[in-house]
Amino acid sequence: MTHPPQGATARGPAVRVLPRLDDTNRFFWTSGADGRLRFLRCGGCRRYVHPPAPRCPYCLEAALAPAPVSGRGVVHSFTVNHQQWIPGSDPYVIGLVTIDEQDDVRLTTNLVDCAPDEVRIGMVVDVTFEQAEDVWLPLFRPASGP
Amino acid sequence: MSPPERLERRSVISGIGQSDVGRRLGRGELDLTVDACLAAVADAGLRREDIDGLATFPGAGVGTGGFAGPSTPEVQDALRLRLNWHDGGLEGPGQLRAVFAACLAVAAGLARHVLVYRTVTESSAQGEGGRQGIGAVGGGGGGRGVPRFAGVMQWTLPYGAVSAANWLAWIAQRRMYEYGLTREQLAWIALNARSNAMLNPKALYRQPMSLDDYLGARMISTPLCLYDCDAPCDGSTAVVVSHVDYAPDTPSPACHVNAIGTALRGRPSWDQFDDMTTFSARDAAASMWERTELRPGDVDVAELYDGFSILTMVWLEELGLCGKGDSGPFVEGGKRIALDGPMPLNTSGGQLSAGRLHGFGMLHEACVQLRGQGGARQVPKTPEVAAVAAGGGPIAGCMLLTRGLS
Repeated sequence: MTHPPQGATARGPAVRVLPRLDDTNRFFWTSGADGRLRFLRCGGCRRYVHPPAPRCPYCLEAALAPAPVSGRGVVHSFTVNHQQWIPGSDPYVIGLVTIDEQDDVRLTTNLVDCAPDEVRIGMVVDVTFEQAEDVWLPLFRPASGP
Repeated sequence: MSPPERLERRSVISGIGQSDVGRRLGRGELDLTVDACLAAVADAGLRREDIDGLATFPGAGVGTGGFAGPSTPEVQDALRLRLNWHDGGLEGPGQLRAVFAACLAVAAGLARHVLVYRTVTESSAQGEGGRQGIGAVGGGGGGRGVPRFAGVMQWTLPYGAVSAANWLAWIAQRRMYEYGLTREQLAWIALNARSNAMLNPKALYRQPMSLDDYLGARMISTPLCLYDCDAPCDGSTAVVVSHVDYAPDTPSPACHVNAIGTALRGRPSWDQFDDMTTFSARDAAASMWERTELRPGDVDVAELYDGFSILTMVWLEELGLCGKGDSGPFVEGGKRIALDGPMPLNTSGGQLSAGRLHGFGMLHEACVQLRGQGGARQVPKTPEVAAVAAGGGPIAGCMLLTRGLS
């Protein structure tokens, strides 16, 4: 394996600032406990809604419930961070991933298990979770199968 | 039926002022602000008793480390102003929101002469340390003891996306993918800024910069390097927005407000906005052109926000000053955007080289150029129409200024 020219491949910053869980976001940040990624889904128009909202912002239906998605997505954009905003961090890849199910639902994430210089816009990726305390952070890695 | 009146045309910029600008000046934010305000009032041919409105962006207590500047109550009291209208706030179409609000207040008759200021002391606040990200935390082991975040930042901070540099890097990367933008092209925003800064006595950085210097600079967040990011400074900029009736009495030519652009039609989000290559510069520019008979070809000089170089590229395209996706080839080589080129750009050196005066430096310089007071950096044929843009991502506003009525 060749060493990526831009330095070590970290999975993220040296310190992860975690979300504060509450009744609106707990389902999302703990969804990875069973290995599935979930978003709120509208019971009316069936669209996925992210970030969580009190009503469906498309059709204004109030019946929203967490629903699992495939976990597959496409890299919409990315950057390799080098600046020491968080001291002690090796370069890490901040990706923006659009989920397969709906092209206006995106996640800011870290792209892992891939050398930084092999990341491409349009690359197909699958979710993988990293547990930190009571939070399961969705990360994405190159898709393994069809 | 005649078209509706564009109320911003009842306003002019009658005076401009600026404090000392530099790295770690070691002076207080109110001290710098008073300097800039008094200079602007005098420049407008007014006395402070004439000032009956006061506005700022973003107002006190916002952000960290020298970002916000003093509140309007502090400035009002320091100058003992008697105000008929006042406004300070963060939410709105970018840094220029305070100027837009002043224009409309003057048009509505709420005030006649509004002092508008923006002050930063980010250089002193950062001291010898490096630049901070939002929610940046100290190093060491795990995350225990680190504060947790709710609200919109919860979606980005866990992933180390803590700075606008990271989010703007996404724009640049996406533009490389969609339009074939190269770092060698992007470089010319920084190189042009430096060339102009060398002619600006108040600019932070005045030594020459070469393409090799740019390409050899350390990476911040790929593809953005150090020279794609603006330079924190200390300084205050102020303008006086007056009713157009006052224009004949200004000591220097009044700069007429022809149109303002304020729209935000996509989702107000760094990661969910529909078009990552434009963000709301698209909407702000479109709404501005909907309010004027002027066309992009009428623009003689452009002062386009360069908090990050890539934003200037976005504004060039969205304002129609070059073709969609063409900003890379347009700026490459620098001739088209030079002082003596067809579209002089960021003539003071911009925030990249003159200092991060956060949008108000662009506005100040547009007035300097329209008034023909640029000295060594004056655009040769004194411009009649200037485009000013500030902000990026989901926070953006722009305006057209003219010398004389248009």
